[in-house]
Amino acid sequence: MKIDAKDYESIIEIRNLAVERGRVMILNVPSLVVKEGEILSLIGPNGAGKTTLLQTISYLLKPFQGEILFRGKKVETNHSAFKYRRKLAMVFQEPLLFDTSVFNNVASGLKIRGMKRSDIRERVMQQLDRFGISHLSHRSVKTLSGGEAQRTSLARAFALRPEILLLDEPFASLDPPTRNSLIEDLEHILQQTRTTAVFATHDRLEALRLSDRIAVMDEGKILQIGSPEEVGNHPINELVASFMGVETILSGKVIKRDGGTFITSIEGYEIETVGDAHLGETVVLCIRPENVTISMRHSHEGTSARNVFHGNIMKIISMGLYQKIHLHCGFPLVAFVTNHSLEELSLVEGKEMWASFKATAVTVIRKGESEKSLTS
Amino acid sequence: MDLIFEGIKKAFWLLITFDPEVMGITLLSLQISGTATLISLFIGISVGTVVALSRFSGRRFAVSLINTGMGLPPVVVGLFVTIFLWRNGPLGFFGLLYTPTAMIIAQAIIATPIVMGITLAAIQQLPQKLRLQILALGATRLQMVWILIKEAKLPLLAAVMAGFGGVISEVGASIMVGGNIKGYSRVLTTATVMETSRGNFDIAIALGIILLLFTYFINLILTQIQQRERPR
Repeated sequence: MKIDAKDYESIIEIRNLAVERGRVMILNVPSLVVKEGEILSLIGPNGAGKTTLLQTISYLLKPFQGEILFRGKKVETNHSAFKYRRKLAMVFQEPLLFDTSVFNNVASGLKIRGMKRSDIRERVMQQLDRFGISHLSHRSVKTLSGGEAQRTSLARAFALRPEILLLDEPFASLDPPTRNSLIEDLEHILQQTRTTAVFATHDRLEALRLSDRIAVMDEGKILQIGSPEEVGNHPINELVASFMGVETILSGKVIKRDGGTFITSIEGYEIETVGDAHLGETVVLCIRPENVTISMRHSHEGTSARNVFHGNIMKIISMGLYQKIHLHCGFPLVAFVTNHSLEELSLVEGKEMWASFKATAVTVIRKGESEKSLTS
Repeated sequence: MDLIFEGIKKAFWLLITFDPEVMGITLLSLQISGTATLISLFIGISVGTVVALSRFSGRRFAVSLINTGMGLPPVVVGLFVTIFLWRNGPLGFFGLLYTPTAMIIAQAIIATPIVMGITLAAIQQLPQKLRLQILALGATRLQMVWILIKEAKLPLLAAVMAGFGGVISEVGASIMVGGNIKGYSRVLTTATVMETSRGNFDIAIALGIILLLFTYFINLILTQIQQRERPR
């Protein structure tokens, strides 16, 4: 679901937010806007501040500095924080259900918020249906599987029809098939209800799949925020690059320039890339493994790949549906090949091969740029 | 051996025919210990919950105080309550010594730390994030506390059972502040002491059996609670 950034109302706006624990600054976000109807994911390693950010947005944590605006108005804190929280809903990694039936759990938020008994029933049944757990309505939560419990937690949150839904790594403790099934259902429901959601995950693929925008975080800061394509294909620094799955990151000096392209020297080899850089400048090149092609013959004919290198296969790692190949062509290079290709080309460790990639497939990080963090 | 068999035979007879004296003593026991437990329930659960959920300087000390209170020797409680209620003592003008009220006071003092301590542990053991989830659902502080108490209802029930069990079988403080007056402040435990010293083993055994039955049922409930599975 692609959202055009400009015309939407902002649900949450954060200004100069900072959260401390002891003397350490664990969150430092100068500015962040969550637009109505979008799905924003926060990705980053453990300790990056994703949970802290989510908990601060819902005022479960108090920032020592900064403000949060909800639909343009400053959030009233202190004694009526609960009034603000009644506009949102949050789902955690653990289901955190109450010791009663599934029905009562899904109804619990509505009861807390003062909804009438008669209205509650209908709302709850609707959510149970949506998440495919109607048949579990009367069951005690103690008898549920991990997936069923998390569905109950999600149903409980959606029953509240929140203006913004916050999810803190909701699928992290589920096994892959359960996770996939839930992600599919969640994706569908989010689109159907057009719920604004912010969700934290350390699984890049989950983020790529569900989000309109991705914010990459590390050490309490947002390093980069943008659409999945932007962040994935144009990471602003090595940290973002490696977190977004760029496997080959090379550093070298620019030795030649020619119109819209330039050549970087990496370990004495020349790599041509599209872009603008000064002679003698140090640059970091990012090459996604999907963009590297392996062949048994050195041939320029029929391809527009300008970067062709001879080398050996150092390691082959199976990723299930495809293979990750670590190559050495004077510098390290990582490529993905299909299982089919692996067989067809008889790829084995130690084998010689030719690797190629286009000049346009390389992302350049100019070293002068790598300290800047982009927020949009 | 004859003594024992005769005693047991007569005891069963007293029980089966619902002997008025034995029943009277049992009823009084339940009334006094029941009231004391009720008082300890209110004070114990509320204070226990508050201490479990708050953070304040001196909290560690408060917790160790509560835990110490759980092991208070009942005779020491009896001693202090007696001193306070003694005719020339600070609360002597109430004239409460050797009355059921005094027994209720003493038993409440014995039971309250027990209920408080177990409540404290039970609430503390609830997952930390559960509090956050409840607040995220939009609960006020009060709603949150109430929901947490409901979530811990089983261990809290265990706390109340433990408190009750402690006082229904208590004898030292009960004799000291109650006086073991027939039909007035004579309960199961105090009566058993007296009848045994007089050699009336039939009544003593009957009373003993009733006390054992209470103990058994309390433990039955506690075991059921203990064996139940925890929710997700």
